[in-house]
Amino acid sequence: MHTLSIRQLSEGLRARKFSARELTQHFLKRIEQHDKKLNSFITVTAERALTQADAADARLAKGEGGPLTAPLLGIPLAQKDIFCTRGVKTSCGSKMLDTFVAPYDATVVRRLHRDAGAVLLGKCNMDEFAMGSSSETSGYGPVKNPWDLTRVPGGSSGGSAACVAAGLAPAATATDTGGSVRQPAALTGLTGIKPTYGRVSRYGMVAFASSLDQAGVIARSAEDAAWVLQVMAGFDPLDSTSVDRPVDNWIGSLDRPIEGLKIGLPKEYFAEGLAAGPRRCIEAAVAELKKLGATVREISLPHSPLSVPTYYVVAPAEASSNLARYDGVRYGHRAADVQTLEELYKRSRGEGFGAEVQRRIMMGTYVLSHGYYDAYYLKAQKVRKLIYEDFRRAFETVDVVLGPTATDVAFKLGAKTDDPVAMYLNDIYTIAANLAGIPALSLPCGFVEGLPVGLQLMGNFFDEGRLLNVAHQYQRVTDWHARLPGAFT
Amino acid sequence: MSVPAGWEAVIGLEVHCQLLTQSKIFSGAATAYGAAPNTQADAVTLGLPGVLPVLNAAALEMAVKFGLAIDAQIAERCVFARKHYFYPDLPKGYQISQYEQPIVSKGHLDIEVGEKVQRIGITRAHMEEDAGKSLHENFSGQTGIDLNRAGTPLIEIVSEPDLRNAQEAVAYLKKLHQLVVYLAICDGNMQEGSFRCDANVSVRRAGESKFGTRTETKNVNSFRYVEKAIEYEIQRQIGVLESGGKIVQETRLFNPDTGETRAMRSKEEAMDYRYFPDPDLLPVVVTKADVERIRATLPELPEARKARFESQYGLPAYDAGVLTGERALADYYESVVKASGADPKLCANWVSTDLLGALNKLGRDMATSPVSAEALAGMLRRIADKTISGKIAKEVFEAMLAGEGGADEIIKAKGLVQITDEGAILRAIDEVMARSPDNVAAYRAGKDKLFGFFVGQVMKATQGKANPEAVNRLLKQKLTA
Repeated sequence: MHTLSIRQLSEGLRARKFSARELTQHFLKRIEQHDKKLNSFITVTAERALTQADAADARLAKGEGGPLTAPLLGIPLAQKDIFCTRGVKTSCGSKMLDTFVAPYDATVVRRLHRDAGAVLLGKCNMDEFAMGSSSETSGYGPVKNPWDLTRVPGGSSGGSAACVAAGLAPAATATDTGGSVRQPAALTGLTGIKPTYGRVSRYGMVAFASSLDQAGVIARSAEDAAWVLQVMAGFDPLDSTSVDRPVDNWIGSLDRPIEGLKIGLPKEYFAEGLAAGPRRCIEAAVAELKKLGATVREISLPHSPLSVPTYYVVAPAEASSNLARYDGVRYGHRAADVQTLEELYKRSRGEGFGAEVQRRIMMGTYVLSHGYYDAYYLKAQKVRKLIYEDFRRAFETVDVVLGPTATDVAFKLGAKTDDPVAMYLNDIYTIAANLAGIPALSLPCGFVEGLPVGLQLMGNFFDEGRLLNVAHQYQRVTDWHARLPGAFT
Repeated sequence: MSVPAGWEAVIGLEVHCQLLTQSKIFSGAATAYGAAPNTQADAVTLGLPGVLPVLNAAALEMAVKFGLAIDAQIAERCVFARKHYFYPDLPKGYQISQYEQPIVSKGHLDIEVGEKVQRIGITRAHMEEDAGKSLHENFSGQTGIDLNRAGTPLIEIVSEPDLRNAQEAVAYLKKLHQLVVYLAICDGNMQEGSFRCDANVSVRRAGESKFGTRTETKNVNSFRYVEKAIEYEIQRQIGVLESGGKIVQETRLFNPDTGETRAMRSKEEAMDYRYFPDPDLLPVVVTKADVERIRATLPELPEARKARFESQYGLPAYDAGVLTGERALADYYESVVKASGADPKLCANWVSTDLLGALNKLGRDMATSPVSAEALAGMLRRIADKTISGKIAKEVFEAMLAGEGGADEIIKAKGLVQITDEGAILRAIDEVMARSPDNVAAYRAGKDKLFGFFVGQVMKATQGKANPEAVNRLLKQKLTA
């Protein structure tokens, strides 16, 4: 059952080939068997999952379900532990929130589980407060890559990626502030999509950098991603940055041929820094897309080299502000035996936050400080506009922008933990989409020495449908996405 | 107390004014005062992980209303910013406020001090959320946090440094207070903290063009305290400078028990608030059409209403000023005039003297007045149609205050209908004259002062119900006959 697509699972449920309870039990059993090796879950919600599965079975018995009305009814899913889930620990990968049981549901959780009837398997491990590119900054131990347990699964949504890659869940939610959906998807051979900023509600999603954060999906195919995203997306009055605009029928447009598609290859994304193996895979994928009728031209995104430095001003600045609420006063970690208010703050935050989170809070506090604000934050916002302008111009001539998702395949655990800058450069190809607010998707396009390679597609605002369509058409003629890591078949 | 000769004080006020919305500025939690601690703190108020602010449209409208009432510029696009500091009653570690682009800027208010009308500039008014409260008592050495107030919408109104002494400052503050209550955007309750004032004060030698170093005195929560705090601060600063010292830029706290201010924190310790635009809230766009729609909802403002009371009702400026001092009072007065059809000046006397006096004695306000405008009008109608005299009316009014019913009811129950039957009055006069032959003789001999005695006796004999005009006329006839 763990090799079936969500469409097939939905058909199986409706045809009574298996019940939602049986399906849920299958995945819970796989989690029990395999997750010790991966550490992809922080919390497994087995009991709740079975209750939800029974409720789904009751609805299925009444004839509900199907792609048009309730595509995810009875489908088990995993949630990144960044989405508040009523009655369930929501740690955001941090010891700071180890004792935090959310009293409310994030809009994403409400839509998927309460409204659509998907079954919650558990909450996925992640970099602490989504700050990291390897899932090694988690307060709950690092996540392993199912393709090679000595390697990282990427981050920050490493738990979401690892559990889906290993067949422990059909799909998982994830979030992407600078590549946290796409990079782990690339490193684990999966399809991950970060929609347009404002397309999915951020309400109830623990904030890292509010102007960049966007929820997405990591799944085994573009089709599966479309099925999940279709339910997650849409206007939410509880999020002022959510966009009040109808959601296109992404599931329905997967089968459109892509003949005549205009693809732009930004020369900056194919310069030095991209490893030779992945480069060959991406070039082969471009050739494949040409065979499907796409035309390809080189373009330039001249401000691309400024993405990483711009991001590392904007994101830490917002993070330093967003994380100010973790003060030990109302919830979360509170230092014991404190004598003064200042000590309460210093020790609660010093003990609750890990090193990377502290580093970013300090960077962010610095760039927002009096006398530095103009030179850093304001300037970064101006560069951000230039990066956005690059894309605006590009989409005047091409339909999608294609490039690598990561510079190389998954690296070894511990390889970059002592070198923050090397770690930050992981996101060199993914950050621009967040700064510009455009949708972007990563899909598998080959293997180098047994490790998956990801290809990135970036689209114009609200053009998620085209990204999913192109990826799906590619996946109809290739099988990179259908492979399972040997240890988890 | 005024500013000593040779010195000039420069004062600017910052007023925090709680807006009268049902719910908080960025969430649906209620804003009512006095609820049990933390019962009005929802997920957004608590600053739980993942929550997001959504601007309350009513708060925005009230801020715009205020801007229009002070003839200010309303920003077509304004921005919310985060102001960071750590304090236990500030749940998110930052306050959502406005910094570089406030909703209201460049307005003014005209104040009267003595005979002089002065225009006081208002630099800006911006929207922000209130913090919670820290409770230091009854927690055995610990501090309790009540977040009910956190997230209550405020506008912070910043004046230009146009005020030159404590009396002007108080006149400005009272005018501002009257205005926000008139606009129904604030309940104006200073004790509950709905209307709070910080005073920026500096002094300089007369003729000096540069401002002196200023101090900010926080949270002076009554008009009297504002006056005392500013006066204290002016004297203190002059004292420091005259003895060769220097004023330190600092925040000071007023102690109402001693009437003094003391240093709270200096500029060196001043916090770096690290303002930046709140990425959770989009810039607020107020279109010209929005502004016009809101302008149409503005009530008649105090000054305009006062002028109208003078022209339309023929009231003296003083009466018109008293009656328009409060919107509820002015509304009450106009209802009384309209419903009674009585002389507007008579109505004004009853409302501003008798009613206000009674409310003052009872410790009540217009909203809880035991005598409604309708009821008072009912009584005034009986004066107008001569059913009762002005004197009897006082008795009727007392009974109405005591809740004994409407004017007609009381008049009937107590038999207070005025005696206008001249035969009855003459009979009473005859009796009084028959009882006091000596006085009659004395009067007739030229002791005019005794006339009052006869009036009093006749009124007493008729239990005060005789028509005074008829008593006067008939007595005169009889006594001089």
